[in-house]
Amino acid sequence: MIYSNMYGYDYLKAEKLTYGLFFLSAVGHNAIIQLCYRKDGLINMGKKHLSSVHVSHHKNTAACASEVMPIPDIVKISMSQHIGAPCKPLVAKGDYVKVGQKIGDTDAFVSAPIHSSVSGTVTGIEQARSAAGGYDTLVVIEPDKKQEISEEVQIPEEPKDLAEFVADVRKAGIVGLGGAAFPTSIKFNPKNLDDVHYLVVNAAECEPYITSDHRTMLEDTEDLIRGCQLIMKYDGLDHGYIAIEDNKPDAIEHINKALKEHGIDNIETFSLQANYPKGAERVLVYEIFGKVMNAGVLPADMGCILDNVNTVTKVGHYFRTGVPLIAKKLTVDGDAVKEPKNVIVPIGTLVHDVIDYCGGYKEEPRKILMGGPMMGRAIPTDEMPIVKNNNAILAFSKEKAQVKMETACINCGRCHQACPFDLIPTALADAYERHDAQALFDLDVNQCMNCGSCSYICPAHRPLAFMNTLGKSIVKEAGIK
Amino acid sequence: MSNYKNNLVVSSSPHVVTALDTRMTMLMVIIALVPSLLVSVYVFGPRVLLLTCVSMIACMFFEWLWNAMMKRESTVGDLSAALTGMLIAFNVPAGLPVWILIIGDLSAIIVVKQLFGGLGKNLVNPAITARIILFISFATEMTTWPLPRMAADATSKATPLGVLAEGSLDNLPSNMHLFLGFVGGSLGEVSALALLIGGIFLIWRKIISPVIPACFIGTVFVFALIYYAATGQGDPLQMALFHILAGGVFLGAFFMATDYVTSPLLTKGKIVFGIGCGIMTMVIRLWGQYPEGVSFSILFMNCLTPLIDSFFQKRMYGGKKK
Repeated sequence: MIYSNMYGYDYLKAEKLTYGLFFLSAVGHNAIIQLCYRKDGLINMGKKHLSSVHVSHHKNTAACASEVMPIPDIVKISMSQHIGAPCKPLVAKGDYVKVGQKIGDTDAFVSAPIHSSVSGTVTGIEQARSAAGGYDTLVVIEPDKKQEISEEVQIPEEPKDLAEFVADVRKAGIVGLGGAAFPTSIKFNPKNLDDVHYLVVNAAECEPYITSDHRTMLEDTEDLIRGCQLIMKYDGLDHGYIAIEDNKPDAIEHINKALKEHGIDNIETFSLQANYPKGAERVLVYEIFGKVMNAGVLPADMGCILDNVNTVTKVGHYFRTGVPLIAKKLTVDGDAVKEPKNVIVPIGTLVHDVIDYCGGYKEEPRKILMGGPMMGRAIPTDEMPIVKNNNAILAFSKEKAQVKMETACINCGRCHQACPFDLIPTALADAYERHDAQALFDLDVNQCMNCGSCSYICPAHRPLAFMNTLGKSIVKEAGIK
Repeated sequence: MSNYKNNLVVSSSPHVVTALDTRMTMLMVIIALVPSLLVSVYVFGPRVLLLTCVSMIACMFFEWLWNAMMKRESTVGDLSAALTGMLIAFNVPAGLPVWILIIGDLSAIIVVKQLFGGLGKNLVNPAITARIILFISFATEMTTWPLPRMAADATSKATPLGVLAEGSLDNLPSNMHLFLGFVGGSLGEVSALALLIGGIFLIWRKIISPVIPACFIGTVFVFALIYYAATGQGDPLQMALFHILAGGVFLGAFFMATDYVTSPLLTKGKIVFGIGCGIMTMVIRLWGQYPEGVSFSILFMNCLTPLIDSFFQKRMYGGKKK
């Protein structure tokens, strides 16, 4: 008050006036927002597509037909290849196992059994660090390279109802192969089955470099369509969408042709913009149905069953052959790999064996990724085994492995413009740096799916997505809900 | 078989980043200012180049000096100091003594930018503030406008807005001359056309959002239209065009008000910011002491930016009704 009198000017009044003006504009803004509300209480974003970034595709291996890799000298099969409880090994050192034999299982609800990918002798059960940073139990098998098929591998009888179908899918050990590795059998058995009408097959493959989904669509089209039909039959779904980015016109054309030949009219391909991250579950639901999907909501709550194209193909493959999930199609690429290609490898193969099959390293690798460059994990050693949800191994030279120095934020707002969910990563990063759990929560840090678009676009190279991951744990620790 | 264990880089995802970093962004803005610089060299002669180079080098030197004194890593390489230097040169008359210009550079880099914590931390735009400091401290030198090359008569000595402030509507230059830049004024603000080309280049390269320039220029236009229609002076449309083309509106709207650091982050904030700049500019021009109000209006809105940003809490994807 003293200051305001000093200048003979009422600053308080000016402040009130300013707030008044802002208040009026906010009332107008809220009125517009109200009009945008849908009946279900969610905001219709009022735009056709969610924000995305354009990342160079580098789909170098799109034309490389998959090759089957010979059985390596050793496989190490992890007992933790899915979200949920790890499996317990069912075999001991010295046991002889056959291809397709169940070697790990658990009674936990969220789980999937694990099968041997080779025939041979179990030489040990060891603990080793996983790509995620924890410790996993590994069953080490020395293959005899005879590939004797286990008696357990039988072409399943046609399931009579959904319960039998789901049991068969679990028996096959199928998990979400897009990356999350959520046990598929649980996805096929939603609580609100009556409200679920659509099947969405996620074949966007928006990560740069990776072409394994693309090759699956071209090479295993029959299994893919069979898988779609089975899921739609047992879950009683009306319509199926196979969502593919428009940078794969050959796959779209190929599937359309196959669908036409089979006379299937309740499955269609859905063309997506070839931008990152169109293949994220919640983005995909928005692109197809125009519905906003919150973090923590299941696709079933949005009226659809959503699975990766490789998962669906594996379902079709299992019901045709009876072979559980024991091999994985991988894209091996990156500037440190001599011959980039797509390979089908037994699960449990070590990364350096896969790279040796692809001609070995061209030069010394400085960064090896499991998965794509946007969301994949950098692994500390190339002695890690392949797990079910791997879809690529990328090895980069020193030049590309370099982590750019972080510089000062210039408040350009590109992170906010890039975020599919309209978060404000720069504000979240500030809140993280001062460990303000409430501010992180209010800025909706829990909506972040860690797609990495903000970190990618940031001109100051700030690790924004990573700070969100750490921010989530701050909110969790503070117990704010 | 060679295994790799201990020399692998393990970092958080994503593992690729865009090539458009801070340095590249600043370089784009510098490139966008080149057409304007060329017009200015043509209109005022080669001294323009001297001033621009001196200003850029001085700013980079002060940035380097501060970093060296504070034992920090040099940030000269991000080119933001070079851009500030260029913008300061664009905001002074072509005849300004070099030592005055260097005082402007010093105050921009050391006082306005580095004392507040360097790039990204400054509250107000360094170039705008430097202009105002010089304008108030060296009023005579800063308002001694050299003759443009194509000066036809004595009135060209003053800036168009200076002519207007004297109260005469008759001696104003034509809008076409204003658009092309054949008039008196600060070094970089004379040609609306060249600035527009630079601005469109930045919008096309997605360096700046068109929201602030559009709101700024639109508000000035509408404000002038209503004012001259209400007072009955002159032709409202001609006068509205005059106001957006004269003075520093284009330079301010495209290159100064869009400064990331000192403008709001969200689109709604940008709208408020742009309209605020436009209103303040016209209020100063029509009722204020000074003939030109662009720099003061941007400075004013810079100060309101944190308030605007905190006011617009954007609703996020899937946000529930509260």
